[in-house]
Amino acid sequence: MSKSSVYSSPGFDFSNIVRNNFLHEKGLPLPKATSTGTTIVGCLFKDGIVLGADTRATEGPIVADKNCEKIHYITESIRCCGAGTAADTEFTTALISSNMELHALQSGRKPRVVTAMTMLKQMLFRYQGHVGAALVLGGVDSTGPHLFTIHPHGSTDKLPYVTMGSGSLAAMAVFESGWQPNMEREQALNLVKAAIAAGIFNDLGSGSNVDACIITANSTEMLRNVEMPNVRVQKERDYKFRRGTTAWKKEEIRSLVVEETVTPIGRGDEMDTS
Amino acid sequence: MDHFPTNWGRPRNDAFDAYGTHPIHQRPVNTPKDAFDAGVQHTQQPIVTGTSVLGLKFKDGIMMAADNLASYGSLARFKDIQRLQAVGTNTVVGAGGDMSDFQYIQRMLDELVVNEFTSQDGHTLSPAEIHEYLAQVMYARRTKMNPLWNSLLVGGVKDGERFLAYVDLLGTTYSASTLATGYGSMLAQPLLRKAVEGREDTLTEEEARQIIEECMRVLFYRDARSLDKYQVATITAEGVTISDTQYLKTSWSFAEGIRGYGAQTQ
Repeated sequence: MSKSSVYSSPGFDFSNIVRNNFLHEKGLPLPKATSTGTTIVGCLFKDGIVLGADTRATEGPIVADKNCEKIHYITESIRCCGAGTAADTEFTTALISSNMELHALQSGRKPRVVTAMTMLKQMLFRYQGHVGAALVLGGVDSTGPHLFTIHPHGSTDKLPYVTMGSGSLAAMAVFESGWQPNMEREQALNLVKAAIAAGIFNDLGSGSNVDACIITANSTEMLRNVEMPNVRVQKERDYKFRRGTTAWKKEEIRSLVVEETVTPIGRGDEMDTS
Repeated sequence: MDHFPTNWGRPRNDAFDAYGTHPIHQRPVNTPKDAFDAGVQHTQQPIVTGTSVLGLKFKDGIMMAADNLASYGSLARFKDIQRLQAVGTNTVVGAGGDMSDFQYIQRMLDELVVNEFTSQDGHTLSPAEIHEYLAQVMYARRTKMNPLWNSLLVGGVKDGERFLAYVDLLGTTYSASTLATGYGSMLAQPLLRKAVEGREDTLTEEEARQIIEECMRVLFYRDARSLDKYQVATITAEGVTISDTQYLKTSWSFAEGIRGYGAQTQ
């Protein structure tokens, strides 16, 4: 966006796309977007919402970040998982989080999940899908628990269980065979962990660890790396050399601490121009 | 010296035609020779298609499943097709992809079985041999840029050995204890792997049937070109059984309380 104020004018602002195309024609290679190629899930249970995500960020075929955090903070009891282009999900959720805080201060009420959803969908639609953020938004507010999924073009769905990202089919298969209404907390958390694990092991865009976040009316629990099924094995050989492997003839020890004495000149409060 | 590479290695008589000047050599032409040739087309896209086929290994043998649908694009056109074919007494071939190409493959396999029978040498075709034959045929067609547009699962039991393998329109082959084609590879494979991997030798037929039913249900929920009627093929040391059409029980009431797609409350 070319404007830095909170207000965004109506209509579509494509000035950056024009600039990017111009630069590309001049020969500047377009930066390769880091994509989260992801498995993210959300699930409604008896007391609230459980969100889950894997922790791998990819740059094409390379793993850029082995342990990134995909569950973003919106407000105290609203969180958003993000799939798609990592920069887009980070900045979009951060922007909406700021706006939600301002909105809560201005209205004097606890923020609602539908507010965040409306802000996100209106922004994403304005960019006609060029902002590659596919989000799973969940939280509990004064009207109860809500779970939404928001697609990059701005469409939303309200459902009791959702999955997004490249591993969404693997995770959805687990949900479709395991979800029931009014689950207990442990049951819901296990289902979410199983769904993310299905994405991690069956999809190449997802991997590493499982993150989870349990949101209820009274508390929000962020379970970072709740499951780590891909810990690196301990190295079998030791690469240290024993002391004494190399013989030495002479030993000389020098102190690198320089002694300094400070002599104050003048009143002591002049500007330091050294 | 003979300057023409196309003559090297070919029969010629050095006495009177050292340079192989006759017959006059021409580059091979690939233009149609007659009206029929001009009408021959190479497969560009599948028309009437079947969706996923599932296969898994269990204690006593192999179990495979496929639904009864042949779609015409997005139209559910033929709802009573059998996509699992018994070949001989100990193999089943399941096909997804173009159904007309599968019918041609069925004719080829029938011919193969008849030829094997008439040779009367006491041997019967094993599933591994049928898979190898299909792999060669599929790759040969792919090389001629005229593929049989299918993804096939071949499963069977011979001499106590369980066999389950995949071959597709490119000639790719692989084998594992759980296999799925089409959308099944993305939706059903995670479930099959979790349920079967490591337990192939202790999984009972009843458990295998339940896993298959669960996977077919998930596929019906999430694959837009599937059907809730399917058949299961079971191959054990006793032989091949292809079940009657089974119907899936599904539940669509999970979002009864939800209104709208966003902020709507009524």
